Amino acid sequence: MVEPAWAATAPVLVLASTALALFLVDSIDPESNRPRLLSGVAFVGALAAMGVSLVYLLTGVGTEPISLYGDQLVVDQMSLFFQVIVTSVTAVVVLGSHDYLNSHRYQAEYYTLIMLAVTGMTVMAAAGSLAVAFVALELASLPSYALVAFMKQNKGSVEAGLKYFLIGALSSAVFAFGISLVYAATGTLLLDGIAEQLVEGTELPGVLGVGLLMIIGGFAYKTASVPFHFWAPEAYEGAPAPVSAFISSASKAAGFALAFRVLVVAFPIASSGVQNALDWTVVVTVLAVATMTLGNFAAATQENVKRMLAYSSIGHAGYVLIALAALTGTGEQSLILGAGMIHLLVYGFMNTGAFLFVALAEYWDVGRTFQDYRGLAKQAPLVSVAMTVFMFSLAGLPVGAGFLSKYYLFAGAVNGGLWWLALVGAVNSALSLFYYSRVVKALWIDEPDEPHVIESYPSALYGAVIVAAVVTVGLLPGLVLFDNVAFDAAAVLFG
Amino acid sequence: MMIELLIALCLLGAFAVFVLPDEYAPKAAFGISLVPLALSLYMYLTFDGTGNALLGGDIAFESQYQWLTLGSYDVSWFMGLDGISMPLVVLATLLTTLAILASWTPIDMRQSQFYGLMLFMEASLVGVFGALDFLIWFVFWEAVLVPMYFLIGIWGGARRKYAAIKFFVYTNIASIVMFVGFFGLVFGLGDSISSLALPEIAQALRTDGALGSLGAFGADQLALLAFVAMFIGFAVKVPVVPFHTWLPDAHVEAPTPASVMLAGVLLKMGTYALLRFNFTMLPSIARDLAVPIAVLGVVSILYGAMLALAQSDLKRIVAYSSVSSMGYVTLGLVAYTMYGTGGATFQMVSHGLISGLLFACVGVIYNTTHTRMVGDMSGLADKMPVTAGAFVAGAFAYMGLPLMAGFAAEFFVFVGSFDAHFAYSTLLTALAMFGIVIVAGYLLWSMQRTLFGPFRSETDYEVTTASLHDVVPLLVLIVFIIALGTFPYDLAFERVLDATEPILETTAANFGGGL
Repeated sequence: MVEPAWAATAPVLVLASTALALFLVDSIDPESNRPRLLSGVAFVGALAAMGVSLVYLLTGVGTEPISLYGDQLVVDQMSLFFQVIVTSVTAVVVLGSHDYLNSHRYQAEYYTLIMLAVTGMTVMAAAGSLAVAFVALELASLPSYALVAFMKQNKGSVEAGLKYFLIGALSSAVFAFGISLVYAATGTLLLDGIAEQLVEGTELPGVLGVGLLMIIGGFAYKTASVPFHFWAPEAYEGAPAPVSAFISSASKAAGFALAFRVLVVAFPIASSGVQNALDWTVVVTVLAVATMTLGNFAAATQENVKRMLAYSSIGHAGYVLIALAALTGTGEQSLILGAGMIHLLVYGFMNTGAFLFVALAEYWDVGRTFQDYRGLAKQAPLVSVAMTVFMFSLAGLPVGAGFLSKYYLFAGAVNGGLWWLALVGAVNSALSLFYYSRVVKALWIDEPDEPHVIESYPSALYGAVIVAAVVTVGLLPGLVLFDNVAFDAAAVLFG
Repeated sequence: MMIELLIALCLLGAFAVFVLPDEYAPKAAFGISLVPLALSLYMYLTFDGTGNALLGGDIAFESQYQWLTLGSYDVSWFMGLDGISMPLVVLATLLTTLAILASWTPIDMRQSQFYGLMLFMEASLVGVFGALDFLIWFVFWEAVLVPMYFLIGIWGGARRKYAAIKFFVYTNIASIVMFVGFFGLVFGLGDSISSLALPEIAQALRTDGALGSLGAFGADQLALLAFVAMFIGFAVKVPVVPFHTWLPDAHVEAPTPASVMLAGVLLKMGTYALLRFNFTMLPSIARDLAVPIAVLGVVSILYGAMLALAQSDLKRIVAYSSVSSMGYVTLGLVAYTMYGTGGATFQMVSHGLISGLLFACVGVIYNTTHTRMVGDMSGLADKMPVTAGAFVAGAFAYMGLPLMAGFAAEFFVFVGSFDAHFAYSTLLTALAMFGIVIVAGYLLWSMQRTLFGPFRSETDYEVTTASLHDVVPLLVLIVFIIALGTFPYDLAFERVLDATEPILETTAANFGGGL
């Protein structure tokens, strides 16, 4: 236990103060160009937040959930688990951004926006009421819009930012409207309170059902799932590659953190109120099938590597949705939800690494399509090995931890009695090998049209890719350290 | 610790070869691969296991360390060998060493990567045959795909990229279908098991009433569905017709040393898994489905042989004949008799050696003539007497010449399946025997066209005698084939039977001993 109780929110506080510190540095000396100082502060802040949340997680803080500010914030093992995911992704992204931004002018703004967004994400993981959930979601989203449009000289980046913003605004409105309907039906915004109301049932099951459906829509947007997925390919492709890494890994994890908590805590599937209004596992099942199938098939037809990764990211959102869909009450609930959490942890590293490899390719100016990547392994064998690890791990081959986490998910679905869903996921996963291996083929097997000219090997970006690869591989045998933490953390939600 | 040592040696060797300059890689890889080969032979000689590893026998070289917990199931690093897996481990190390030697001539670019991948594949193969925990086994099972994908994709023929991706995706889908089926069984067993150790699962599944229902499926339905899912998963690997379509592409495009490994060892993974999972764990379902499976086996034998008959590319001929020969394994397994199951296991080893020999011969011929089309050459025996002799030896072994391993293996299979328990077993066995006639047809025909008659070569290359390091693998394989054919019982079959018989014993008990 931590004393005083508010110290349990230390990861959030560290990140918020890092953002403020970056403001401070920038306002003291706005004109000077000190990329090292700025990225250094951001990196230290992210690492510190990661360290604190990791220590809290492993020392068992929040095994008994700590409620703060009248239950508005809840610090438990699950919120800490997700805080570890988003902060570690942020640390890797910041490290990679240092070289990528090179001599860009608005670096202070860039790192501040990242820190503010990740602050919002850590709050999302700990939201105890729908009001906090909404505010945290906005805090995470608004800086992300600006980050996507960060390369403001680049038409694609600006267009992507605008699209992201418009769809984001629409989804936020849907989400907020859903919250108001749930409030109308239950008279409270606290997650626990809603659950209590629903045990007795509600007089307005129809309103509750529509509200719940709209809230799920909000989650779908944040996690880039069908039907609010179509911003993702545009945004990821147009954004600077480290930002794509950040949004597709950290933001997705935070969205799932919120979805897991809200659906499991506020709308327990067994309670009669939920049963009368809307069986959300059915909705999520449909979304899971649609999301992974769409993501995988669209990814298979891409020529642009970044766009392929964007669709693959949608596909992976579909896999994680399996963890929600299988919470039908028949299986071991904590095993199923824990599988989703583990997949997000592993995905955080392998996906971030893959996007940072794209960042490296953009830095070298080799181009964006599979064709442009041909023969890159000759010039850059080390990162090509790393990229191969990411691709195979994303496809679920046992060279990285993506293998284990994906099979946890499928095992969880079978456990929840959803055989066919596991089979759909498995077939999707097997087919995904087709497009992931295209990258590997381009790097190692194909001959380049003309040899690549690589002038420099940026050490920080290189380091970030290698770190991500080492963690991806290391988690395969090392998952033993984390899996029980995840399952226990998930168990806390089910009381 | 012996199996761990074996895997570690292969992996360390792989890393060492990866970082070596290209010109040293071939010899270094060969030297390194001798160490695991020697070690596995030593293990074979000191092997002290008895019975079946999954059914309570004494496991040789056993080691077990707790790894992680998946829900309420422990996953551990669990390794060990029995009379079924031990010969296959030796087969894997032997063929790797010989395939490395056979690569010296044809592989002329990116050598360090090639030989590194070969050693990496050896490590994975040993892991597949040695693992006794499902998750560990599955890790190695999938890990085999990665080096093979690169071997075909980088060093293969003209359509190598297509063949590599087809092989990769096709077999990966199969693995995952199998995975879902297996996990259905695990969850159906519920609390009767506490780990994913294969012996524990196998013994639980063979206990009446242990398998419960899962979701909407009752125990019987669950067992049937899981059996079918696992069968399809493994049938792709074997391959059983109609799941064989990836194989000709992969074989034809793969560089010859990779074909040796593919036909010699990788296909055996499929039948090994069929034996370990479907036929050991769910004997009653296997019995119920005996006729359809036996029919698939016979169709594989005949259809594979007829496809081989229609080819004019030497490598395609050998590739399709593998489909045919693996059909004998299926037929032997489904027979559920002492000689059937034992013979099928023996055939795995025997076919590994013989098909390895034939692919290696085709490789040597191709290295010299730069063609594999039967119509492009004749009378090669004049110019390449040793290679031609080896080819003849391999072909006769395939046709089942007595005193060679193929005869022993196929004889056991036929004895076993002739009076098997299922309907029409006599008729099906008779049909399967007819496959040998077709084999003789296409092998004699292709030998006569290519090896004998007046010398003629339709290519611009001078045909000369193959070098020593090309023919040594052929001779070594012939020695092994003749030794196994002459003393099958003492060298391997005794051990194999010791491990396969327990599979039948409880089956007999379950069905009132009416075998």
